[in-house]
Amino acid sequence: MTILNETATRTDRWTPVCSYTDLLPERGAAVLVGTMQVAVFRTFDGALYALGNFDPFSGAYVLSRGIVGTRGGEPTVASPMHKQVFSLVTGVCVDDPGVAVPTYPIRVTDGTVEVSVA
Amino acid sequence: MRLVVAGHGPTAHRLIETLVERGFDGTITVFGEEPRPAYDRVALTSYLSGKSVDDLTYRVPDGVSLRTGVKVVSVDRAARTVTTDAGYTEPYDVLVLATGSAPFVPPVPGKDLPGCFVYRTIDDLDAIREASRDARAGVVIGGGLLGLEAADALRGLGLETHVVEMSGWLMPRQVDEGGGSVLRNHIEALGLTVHTGAGVRSIEAGPDGRVAALVRPDGEAVDAQVVVFSAGVRPRDELARGCGLEVGERGGIVVDEGMRTSDEHIYAVGECALAAGMVYGLVAPCFAQAEVAADRILRGSAAFTGADMSTKLKLLGVEVAQFGAMSGALDVTYMDPVAGVYKRLFVSDDATTLLGGICVGDAGPYNTLRPFVGRPLPGAPSDLLFAGAGTTSTDLPDDAQVCSCNNVTKGKICAAIADKGLTDVQGIKDCTRAGTTCGSCVPMLKQILVKSGVDVGKALCEHFAHSRAELFDIVSVRGITTFSQLIAEHGTGRGCDICKPVVASILASLGRGHILDGEQATLQDTNDHFLANIQKNGTYSVVPRIPGGEITPDKLIVIGEVARDFGLYTKITGGQRIDLLGARVEQLPAIWRRLVDAGFESGHAYGKALRTVKSCVGSTWCRYGVQDSVGLAIALELRYRGLRSPHKLKSGISGCARECAEARSKDFGVIATEQGWNLYVGGNGGFTPRHADLLAADLSTDDLVRTIDRFLMFYIRTADRLQRTAAWLEGLDGGLGYLREVIMEDSLGICADLDAQMERHVATYVDEWRAAIEDPDKLRRFVSFVNAPGIPDPSISFETERDQIKPVLIPLEAVRS
Ligand SMILES: Cc1cc2nc3c(=O)[nH]c(=O)nc-3n(C[C@H](O)[C@H](O)[C@H](O)COP(=O)(O)OP(=O)(O)OC[C@H]3O[C@@H](n4cnc5c(N)ncnc54)[C@H](O)[C@@H]3O)c2cc1C
Ligand code: SF4
Ligand code: FES
Repeated sequence: MTILNETATRTDRWTPVCSYTDLLPERGAAVLVGTMQVAVFRTFDGALYALGNFDPFSGAYVLSRGIVGTRGGEPTVASPMHKQVFSLVTGVCVDDPGVAVPTYPIRVTDGTVEVSVA
Repeated sequence: MRLVVAGHGPTAHRLIETLVERGFDGTITVFGEEPRPAYDRVALTSYLSGKSVDDLTYRVPDGVSLRTGVKVVSVDRAARTVTTDAGYTEPYDVLVLATGSAPFVPPVPGKDLPGCFVYRTIDDLDAIREASRDARAGVVIGGGLLGLEAADALRGLGLETHVVEMSGWLMPRQVDEGGGSVLRNHIEALGLTVHTGAGVRSIEAGPDGRVAALVRPDGEAVDAQVVVFSAGVRPRDELARGCGLEVGERGGIVVDEGMRTSDEHIYAVGECALAAGMVYGLVAPCFAQAEVAADRILRGSAAFTGADMSTKLKLLGVEVAQFGAMSGALDVTYMDPVAGVYKRLFVSDDATTLLGGICVGDAGPYNTLRPFVGRPLPGAPSDLLFAGAGTTSTDLPDDAQVCSCNNVTKGKICAAIADKGLTDVQGIKDCTRAGTTCGSCVPMLKQILVKSGVDVGKALCEHFAHSRAELFDIVSVRGITTFSQLIAEHGTGRGCDICKPVVASILASLGRGHILDGEQATLQDTNDHFLANIQKNGTYSVVPRIPGGEITPDKLIVIGEVARDFGLYTKITGGQRIDLLGARVEQLPAIWRRLVDAGFESGHAYGKALRTVKSCVGSTWCRYGVQDSVGLAIALELRYRGLRSPHKLKSGISGCARECAEARSKDFGVIATEQGWNLYVGGNGGFTPRHADLLAADLSTDDLVRTIDRFLMFYIRTADRLQRTAAWLEGLDGGLGYLREVIMEDSLGICADLDAQMERHVATYVDEWRAAIEDPDKLRRFVSFVNAPGIPDPSISFETERDQIKPVLIPLEAVRS
């Protein structure tokens, strides 16, 4: 089994961004990865999600500051600007499924949150 | 009667609670082996994601004597005593065994190495968390419901996670092979590695003597520093065996339908009991057993004759549900591997009767079809696979079970609605307990309400079936202090951008702490979260309070200096104060520190709260003025500052009938008269302008203030979300006349309450900004990037227009493509 190699190659893509405890439950925070702005969210059940921070409706980098909640059980964030709701899982806008924001892999390693934007 | 309970888990708790509620008059002594009182084991995993022990712990009813950290080691049936591990002996008249079950650990070589765990108690989780700190990878042995939950927990702790399942697919007790394969796709997509049809040959230690790898029967090694066994549970029947009670062939204390063991003085309930031919491993049947035993102890005749083992759960973000039988003569299957959805219904050989179903990825059919198990199909099977098509709760016969957690039939619910005049889901929950456990039947409860002719259109959002006014009453009357508590007890799901700010506002109106304290902070929209108003480019405005529009030159200079030093755009607002625009989040604390030091406080321009009380110069300066409008405006602004409400509140005070302050376009406006003050309410500028109506004339200042107090509090209590006073007043049954009766003649007897609420607001007011800059914890949020606190958001830039800054906007189309 090649688990160790797999771990090693994967690690290269991951960027540590903050400690898990920096994230408030049910709230987002913006992180800078290179020049990219990523909105990371910690939901009630402890799960983490990462979306692009750019709000396609307002043209501002603000999605990390929206209210986190659920729509029909799916974790979501509502843009703080004009309240369009995006799925944290798929990035698709619930109110306008033609629009989506990018999603990124995210995980916790030793209490450190890591995202992969490669 | 001396009642002794061995074990203090969820089942024991439900038994004790039921007995106390029903007026049991003997003594209750409980021995629990764990070092803490019973807690919600179903929610155990949430302990790893931030819930505290306190959050999970049940409240022990008064008068119950609980000994934690004490294990019962033997029962002397002849003497009717139990003995504990400390050697202490306690006599009983009735003994209840509620010892639950223990995880089964298969006899694998290496199973006792440091790094091997089970997943059952808070102590287990503490140990797993500790071991995960230095671990890379973890393996869960067992791919059932609990195993996958444990796997999710390991993933949450940052481990590369593997799941090893003996059978051919995951969750074999709940889903069939097709469902298992769809579930597997979901789980692998999350980065977990699944090994099915795989056993464990051994667990190997590394040089440090701790777990280092798990070896499969085919010899392949899986890297792991943490191993969690989740290969099923075994009833803890050792006490029963030790004293000769009858136990089942495969374990479990044998009980009759009254939950009584082979000794008439001893009952057994919960996961240790073998009831109606089986040991139940879900909490709902355990609770039902506890209630039956309690009833029997109170000399009732309740019986436990088996329970529905339907399950619906959400694991790692995937809905999985199973109800009724898992096989049948005929079946209809729908599978969409791309969307990750699998649904299968089992029907009788003549295709008329529904026998059961399995859902993965979409549990819709569970909610709508579970009550139809054993009954004629309510529609064509293929239609039914698409959640609810063609089915409504009215098609259900009265004896169909709607809430399986609490065994409530449709007939019982309809009767409660009719007899008690229930109008909402909460009422049904209170009267029948339906909907209070897993919540999956709540949509059906709503439908039943609608079909019973109750208008439930007032539901705030999908999470609360209540209107804002009802939530206000619930929070106020029941003394609720957190959103979590409110939604757990009265709502469903985890809330959204609609209900969270509403509840935040209600909590703030009732003076339950700073809006950024603890959990409340997470409910606030961005404006309240940063105590500033968001602008179109993601910057914020700074608006210090200038009560009544009166300001000294020195303070004016401070505002000017702050604006200059931080490069902010300045503008005088319609509310007689000054907007400072263009501040980035990380600048806000420094800006506010300067302002607070100079004696300013938050102007709440960001909140659904009192904004300003505008005034003319009044009798002090104006040659027409008859009263001091500025003095009154300042007094009112200071009285109501920070008052959270369903929408923003504006006010104006004019010193004479010439009405320079435009008081009649405000939510509450005051115009001076020779004799005192005229009070106008329900005015509005904005989209649909409305002149305020005269509520009362020639009031003394004291009467005026009291009337405004009550007007505001009554509005805050009863208005809908985002309903300004104008719309509220127009919608008020009985209109202005009714309002006068309520707040001036106390027709509802609530005036003392309204007054007290306002007094509390006034007495507990603190400046939100001062509180924020004095609290390092609250200040932590004011960064553009958590991983680069010093760096400003590079997307924000300005150009100059008329000697001041103006945002440069990102061209939208270019980015959207
Ligand atoms: C992680 C996890 C998730 C779960 N999720 C769900 C779910 O989603 N849905 C569901 O329906 N069920 C779920 N369950 C199962 C549910 O928790 C059990 O059905 C429930 O806890 C049974 O309650 P009980 O009181 O009968 O037994 P237990 O909870 O096992 O409590 C028994 C208590 O008695 C103590 N005890 C035992 N022997 C003695 C003795 N001799 N003297 C003194 N004390 C003793 C034990 O230490 C224990 O504290 C889950 C269980 C776990 C572990
Ligand atoms: S309202 Fe009347 S008194 Fe007050 S300033 Fe205007 S004109 Fe003068
Ligand atoms: S079915 Fe679970 S609460 Fe009703």
